[in-house]
Amino acid sequence: MKQALKRFFDGDLWYSFSHSPVVILSAVITLLIILSAIFAPMIAPHNPFDLASIDIMDSNLPPAWNEFDGDMRFLLGTDDQGRDILSTILYGARISLLVGFASVAFSVVLGVGLGLISGYAGGRTDTFIMRIADVQLSFPAILIALLIDGVARGIFPRDLHDELAVYVLIFAIGISGWVQYARTVRGATMVEKGKEYVQAARVIGIRPGTILFRHILPNVTGPVLVIGTIHLALAIITEATLSFLGVGVPPTTPSLGTLIRIGNDYLFSGEWWISIFPGIALILLVLAVNLLGDWLRDALNPKLR
Amino acid sequence: MISFIVKRLLQSVMVMLTVAFVAFALFNYVGDPISNMVGQDTTFAEREQLREQLGLNDPFLVQFGRFVGNAVQGDFGLSYHHKQPVSNLIAERMPATLELSFISALISLLLGIPLGVYTALNRDSIMTKIIMTGSLIGVSLPTFLIGILMILLFGVVWRVLPTFGRGDVVMLGWWSTGLLTVTGLKSIIMPAFTLALFQMTLIMRLVRAEMLEVLRTDFIKFARARGLPRRSVNYRHALKNTLVPVITITGLQIGSIIAFAIITESVFQWPGMGLLFIQAISDVDIPIMAAYLVMIALFFVVINLIVDILYFLVDPRLRVDRVSGSH
Repeated sequence: MKQALKRFFDGDLWYSFSHSPVVILSAVITLLIILSAIFAPMIAPHNPFDLASIDIMDSNLPPAWNEFDGDMRFLLGTDDQGRDILSTILYGARISLLVGFASVAFSVVLGVGLGLISGYAGGRTDTFIMRIADVQLSFPAILIALLIDGVARGIFPRDLHDELAVYVLIFAIGISGWVQYARTVRGATMVEKGKEYVQAARVIGIRPGTILFRHILPNVTGPVLVIGTIHLALAIITEATLSFLGVGVPPTTPSLGTLIRIGNDYLFSGEWWISIFPGIALILLVLAVNLLGDWLRDALNPKLR
Repeated sequence: MISFIVKRLLQSVMVMLTVAFVAFALFNYVGDPISNMVGQDTTFAEREQLREQLGLNDPFLVQFGRFVGNAVQGDFGLSYHHKQPVSNLIAERMPATLELSFISALISLLLGIPLGVYTALNRDSIMTKIIMTGSLIGVSLPTFLIGILMILLFGVVWRVLPTFGRGDVVMLGWWSTGLLTVTGLKSIIMPAFTLALFQMTLIMRLVRAEMLEVLRTDFIKFARARGLPRRSVNYRHALKNTLVPVITITGLQIGSIIAFAIITESVFQWPGMGLLFIQAISDVDIPIMAAYLVMIALFFVVINLIVDILYFLVDPRLRVDRVSGSH
């Protein structure tokens, strides 16, 4: 263990990380947001979903530093129902991150699985899977996610919509993102397939499934981490966009996108803080994750070493 | 050349049939079309009669064939929500979306290419660093947030631009245009810039990368050595050679612009197809969803086809390869 740690700190990855202030800052911001989202119930000043603790008299209060109506209890102001903006952001980031991570995980499982099968089986299976990938790739991910969301709304009865919204979103965003993983893994699998260790495994009679997942899989997952990080930022944006459009997470358990949508209605009457603060949180999160992804891509790319 | 185009055409038809199939499946298997059309007090016998009348009991392939036949003629049935033919609804909304997309594409080209050239030619200037940092933020910001920030600045704080709708429109035959009135022009500024920003940064980065690549090549060095004027080397020789990928990406991006217009239209309440589609998703209005899906797919396929053919015409190397390859 100690040896492994020492090797990590002597390695290229740690060197390039510790020598780039921008990357360190991004990592700190990402970690801060993730931690504060996880521990939201403990650190949030109010519980915005406890109906007993919110008071309609506190509604639409501006941020605390406003000299007229600012209230020290509500650092970033309150929304139309008197919920504390800072607390709703903390709880909202939870939903955003949950949907983001879960949909990326879903894309990875689906994409890596199909990519492995496609690359290993070849022939007609390969053509079939890659054709679907081609067709899907010619449409923007957000359109596919929107469509799946719409279909899900048609299939499930209306009263289940809100309950299932988060799962539908994870499924929709996950499906819309698998192609990149599949293509990368397929290419790598085709290279690995011809190598001697795979031939050896085949000769001693190991089943194809075991060869694929026990032997080839560990050798093709390198780029998946990089794609995954950049995809996480995209998935969070997609979730926020869908929620903003009103087809994502319902207002009863709002994500950052839903909060921005709620606040958008109050923009014209001057209550800018309801949508702008969740917006800033979203920008910070996405920008930080994006920068981390860019750094990982460059740091792990053997061509740039 | 002909065989290449025919091959691409066949591929496009296959893609369209696949999409039509998905749209048809949506139509028939998501919810019951009959119960979406009739009221609660319709008897079972009446429902069965309507089902027979509409041909919903016919074999699958017959129904699919009829759907494709109708779709080719632009007939997608009645909207469940608006109780109007879907084709009318879309025809009414299409000019708004196409005008918005066209203006955005124009903005992103007219700003993206010069910015890309500038940042490639002046690699170390402060201006370049500012533009490059700005473009990183432009790529990371979600479209709808850019729209909200613009509304806040220009609509609420400074009150210089209208924040929703198209303004006054003029009818040119069946095409409604907002580009001929002052309010219409003012209304399109914010949505068009919001929509253009992402594509603009993309084009700028692409032009910059390609320019840097081309400027390193021998023929540029030779052109400089011959003592050609700098302007001629930069624009006639270098820029011209970067345009092939730019054409491809721009062409492919036109499709995304139309798709991303959904978000922009929703932020600015722009009465286009995207807004119609979003409302259709909330109302589970399947005919509109199916029609929109087919329309968008058609746009994408046609654009891809045009880009491929243009590619062929612009890049002579490709032509030689293909022709010699086909023999």
